[in-house]
Amino acid sequence: MVSLSWYLGVAALLFAISVVGIFLNRKNLIVLLMAIELMLLAVNINFVAFSHYLGDYHGQVFVFFILTVAAAESAIGLAILVVLFRNLSTISVEELDTLKG
Amino acid sequence: MDAKAILFLIFSGVMLLAAVRVITARNPVHAVLFLVLAFFSAACLWILLAAEFLAIALVLVYVGAVMVLFLFVVMMLDINVDRLRQGFWRHVPWGVGIAALIVLQMWLVLSQPAWQGMNRAGPGIAGVDNIKALGKLTFTEYVFPLQIAGVILLVAIIAAIALTLRGRKDSKSQDPSRQVRVRRQDRVRLVAMATENDARQTKKV
Repeated sequence: MVSLSWYLGVAALLFAISVVGIFLNRKNLIVLLMAIELMLLAVNINFVAFSHYLGDYHGQVFVFFILTVAAAESAIGLAILVVLFRNLSTISVEELDTLKG
Repeated sequence: MDAKAILFLIFSGVMLLAAVRVITARNPVHAVLFLVLAFFSAACLWILLAAEFLAIALVLVYVGAVMVLFLFVVMMLDINVDRLRQGFWRHVPWGVGIAALIVLQMWLVLSQPAWQGMNRAGPGIAGVDNIKALGKLTFTEYVFPLQIAGVILLVAIIAAIALTLRGRKDSKSQDPSRQVRVRRQDRVRLVAMATENDARQTKKV
């Protein structure tokens, strides 16, 4: 029987994989955005699993709002990425030091 | 092991493998495609959890819209992958260490005896119509958060357009406010010149 712990374990593994992704791709901005999406997915899996096993719909409504905010975040993030590439011709995080004092 | 457990193992295994490929793929386009696979497997997991509406919303909104946006941006940018992957494996020890810490912490929580009380299969909400129940909750208790979510999406639309909008260089559109603000000294220049001796002109006449 699939229990709540299985889902929480899988979500924790997914979150850990995306943390490793942030460490590996610290220069590639677009893969950083993808790793953040994976983190949000892991959190959403937790919400849905708890919602199912506790018999409470509020968790699913919360996931709904998280999806909304994540979509807005990735749209603005990609727009910033496009503007950045237009100005600098690179998306390397290391070259984003114009605000450095 | 029942059929549900086998399906759970398949979907979660595919999701985790796809996630690993997302962060290690050399080509960003492949990374986006594996991200699509990961989201699709997660939607299958959510269907196992009887959250049909969210699973379909994940496929429609995420795979259908956000991932296509990702793919569009990745294909539009001409990225030099080799330079971005310099020092790729240098930070592996840190990353793996922190990831192991996260998994260890979760394992410590899940292996607690107090946790086992929550671990049994709950009452479940499979008998209720998922979309109807979610709709009731969303449009009564969560009306104002729903409005705020709409405003957030509007802000995202306007911000994304305002950031990436680039006026055409050959556009001949007029700017009335600049036209109104024109003063005489911007346009007309009076030059003091000595009068010339126009003997030639008088001779011609």
